Parts: sequence; structure tokens; C-alpha cells
Amino acid sequence: MGRDITEIRADFPLLTGEYAYLDSAATSQKPQVVIDAEKEFYEKYNANPLRGLYELSVEATKRYEEAREVVREFIGAASAEEIIFTRNATESLNLVAYSYAMSKLQEGDEILVTILEHHSNFLPWLNAAKRCGAKVNFLECDGQGRITEEAFRAALTERTVLVAMTQISNVLGCENDIKRFAAITHEQGAVFVTDGAQSVPHIPVNVRELDVDFLAFSGHKMLGPMGIGVLYGKRKLLDKMPPFLYGGEMIETVTRTGATYAELPHKFEAGTVNAAGAYGLSKAIAYIRQIGFDAIREREDTLTQYAFKRLRENPYVTILGSEDPADHHGILTFQLEGVHPHDVSAILDESKVCVRAGHHCAQPLLKYMQVPSTTRASLAFYNTTEEIDRLAEALGTVRRKLGYAE
Amino acid sequence: MQNNANTFYNEILTEHNLHPYHKHALPDANFELEGVNPNCGDDIVLRLKVEDDVIVDGAYEGDGCAISQASADMMLDLIIGKKKEEALRLSDIFSRMIKDKITEEEREELEEAGILQDISHMPMRVKCAMLGWRTFRGMMETDQQTE
Ligand SMILES: Cc1ncc(COP(=O)(O)O)c(C=O)c1O
Repeated sequence: MGRDITEIRADFPLLTGEYAYLDSAATSQKPQVVIDAEKEFYEKYNANPLRGLYELSVEATKRYEEAREVVREFIGAASAEEIIFTRNATESLNLVAYSYAMSKLQEGDEILVTILEHHSNFLPWLNAAKRCGAKVNFLECDGQGRITEEAFRAALTERTVLVAMTQISNVLGCENDIKRFAAITHEQGAVFVTDGAQSVPHIPVNVRELDVDFLAFSGHKMLGPMGIGVLYGKRKLLDKMPPFLYGGEMIETVTRTGATYAELPHKFEAGTVNAAGAYGLSKAIAYIRQIGFDAIREREDTLTQYAFKRLRENPYVTILGSEDPADHHGILTFQLEGVHPHDVSAILDESKVCVRAGHHCAQPLLKYMQVPSTTRASLAFYNTTEEIDRLAEALGTVRRKLGYAE
Repeated sequence: MQNNANTFYNEILTEHNLHPYHKHALPDANFELEGVNPNCGDDIVLRLKVEDDVIVDGAYEGDGCAISQASADMMLDLIIGKKKEEALRLSDIFSRMIKDKITEEEREELEEAGILQDISHMPMRVKCAMLGWRTFRGMMETDQQTE
């Protein structure tokens, strides 16, 4: 990496404190440039974007639309109209479920989801299916989290209208071959929705290369502010979809009896938008680009390998998923024999080590893997081997603190 | 604070978690109710044997974090042998201890269960400590008598 890790950490105010922050899959820390950008927006450009005809509002609109262009370029979309700002990945997926799926699904149709999905990429489909008399089918993975092409082909049917698949699992860290699965889905005439919440922050994602129909992700997991998210959709699909939320800013004309709706992307952005958040996200993307995905990947892989080595030294730890650290993208979900994850995380907290405990919003997956609940440490490029040492050492004390002999 | 906030997991708690007295089946129980905290995965089945309004025996089975399991065990220590009304009074003290305030005398009445007082500083764990007690109260209120 071009820049030294101490220098990088100095960019993140929260990382200069005493925490070992190992929960980036839940939300990443924010560099000063992002924090400053939100502030700068409110100090210099604040007006309601897309509404006022005065200079300040025009400036606010510019910042917002420039951010859209930054996102477009970042994920390689064909046009900025295909980039819709939402609050987060969850809202993006709901938008597709309410607007696309509910207007498309017929009784007896099927939606295919994988067992790896976060609740946010499952419940919107289940809801849409129930309302339309359609059905959600599950595609299962092997113990390492892998989904094979054969299994995928076998699960697709004549009635499959939509496939929803995460690119990287937030529990196992494994990556699905989105390009291949999207292509097979298209042969079948169905649309392919990708949850990019865990991938977009860590690997280069190009929507045209992957040829997905929709991609959802959250700003807050990729160094950006909370409350800003993205939905990418292919124009030919978005054009035909009805609005999701109705109200101000998404219309052309309104009469007492009806309305015509604005063009893309505004058709899907009802109400006052989070312009400061979008501006902050554009600065987060600039920061990621400046570090570079090659450097990010290299550093995250090195850290993951190190974390594997340290955690495996503890005979009571079992890491879920693949044996190979390279398959984990910084995500280590584990069990400590005899200790409930909430107790693990509470005891790690005493050493200011921040990890996530629970079901990680993926209850069907944990049930399938027959683990009730787990602890997850998740890494980002800004973490250090010292932080991993703190995790390993604190973890080494947990069983004794709970009264076990060792 | 009795135990230096540094670790909440003191010996009493860990002893009740690792070597519970009351975690077993209870074939002659006449009351049974399951209590769950869906978010944590804490899950217990509480069983009591009540005769003439006296809790003559009790036990629980289940899984969950150390706090939920130890709390249920300490609760049973306290309420077995007591009249139902008395046990409900203690349950009221316990929930006030965790959600609000109690006097020193009241805390003494709770015996070992009083060590959970500090849980009020850990809002995410309150439900764990309350699970056994909440299940007990639910059982008495809805009269979950088994035939
Ligand atoms: C794979 C995956 N999908 C979706 C989400 C939902 O993200 P958000 O809560 O930002 O909408 C998350 C984050 O928790 C996730 O890890």
C-alpha cells in the first residue's frame, strides 16, 4: 500500500482511541474527509436540492448529482439515471421488491434466494411473494458456503421470476460467482438482484461486467455516512417500474385526480433527499479509490490470514465456513466452546475489543448450519495485527473468566 | 458497586452457570412455561411443582448466555419453598432492582440474585437477567397448570 498504516489510521478519528474495532461488517469507521464533507455540506451548500431556483439550491443540487456520478463511475453503470439514492441496502432491496416484484409476480411464480442471505435480502421477497401468491425457494450451500452451478441450475425453474443473491456473505465471508449465476438466470429469462452490502466496500464491483439487473448497497459499510444507500438498476427495468414511495420531488405534474411521475432517477427518490449523505459518500468513494482496491485486498487478506492463525491457536475456537482465509474477505464468524456469544462479546468488551454477537440477521443460515448463535470479528484495511492480537488474547481469557479450568 | 465494573462475571454468576443446581427435568411438575429472548437465542423451559400455593419444587432446562441461565438458577434457589405470593413479591423486587431502584434491605431479600443489580448498566443484557423471572411471572399470571 502506498501509504503507511499509521498514517491511514490517523485519518480515522475513532481509530486513534482505545478501541480495537473489529466490527466493520456491521458498519465501517469513517475517515475525517467524510465527516468533514457532511459538515461542509451543511455549512456551505445547505438548501433543499432539486427544488429552489436560487443559486444556493442549485449548488446543493450540484453536490448531490455529482455524488451520483461518482457512484455511477465507481460501479461502472451505463448512466447516472440508473443510480438511485436510498437510505441503505435494505431500502434498496425493498424498493425492488415493492416496485418490481409486486407488479410482476403472478400466482405460482417463484423467487429463488440463497440460504446465505441477510434478512434484508430475504424478507422483502417473502413479503412480495406472499402478497402475490408466489413462493420463495431456498438454494442451499455446502459447509464452506459454496453454491455450485449444478445446484443453482437445478433450483431454477420455469416459474422463477427473480433470483436474489448476496455477493459476499456477511456470516461466512465467502463470495458467490455473481457473473456466472446472473448469466444462467438470464438464460432462464429471470432477473438477478445482488446484495452488494458486503462486497462493494471490499472488492471492485462492476455492474456491467457482472451483468446484474439490480445491485443494492449501503454507504455506511464503505466509510460513508449512515442514512445513504444505493440501488443500481438497469434502465430498461427501472423505466417500466411504478414508483415505490409517493410524494414530493418524484412528480412531473399533479392534478386532483392523478399525477405524472418524474424521470429516472427522481421517480424513485420521493421527498427531500439526503444530499449531505450523498456528498459524504462521494468523498468516501474518493478515499477508497485513493487507497485502491489492490492495496485494500492485499491488506485485508494478510490480516485475515493472521486472524485465522491467531484464532486457531485457541483449541476452543471453531471458525465457520471455508478453511482458507482467502475465502473470507475479512469475516471470521466463530464459536467458543461452552460460551454463549453474548458472553464472549461482553467479556471482549471489557478489553475494549468490539465484535458482533448473535445471529447476524441471518437466522435461516445459522439454523441450516446448526449453530444457534455466533461471534463475528470483521476486518477492514485499517485494522492492524495488534488489534487481532488483542482479540486473540482477550478471547483466551473468556473461558477462565466464566469459571472453566482453562 | 460491589464488583469493580471491570468484570461482571463474578464467581457466583459463573458457578450458577457452569454448575446449576436446578437445571434438570422435573417429571412431577404441575406448571410449565417456555420463555425465549428471540434476539439472543436464550431459551428456557421453567417447571414448577406447586402444592397448596407453595412452590415445593422447581427446575429449568434450556440454553442461553451465562446471565440468563445463572439468573434462572438463582431465582429457583430463592423461590423454592416459598408461597406463590411471596415469590411474586420477590419477582417484583427483582425487576425493580434491574429497571429502577431498590433499598439495601430489599436487595438482601434477593440473596444471591442481588448480584445482578449492575446489569442495569448493560441495557442489552437486561432481558437475559429477566428471562427466568419473566417466565415465572407469566406462568403464575396465566396459570399454566399442566394436567
Ligand atoms: C449482506 C448484507 N445485506 C444487507 C445488509 C443490510 O444493510 P443495511 O442495514 O445498511 O440496510 C447487511 C448489513 O447488515 C449485510 O451484511
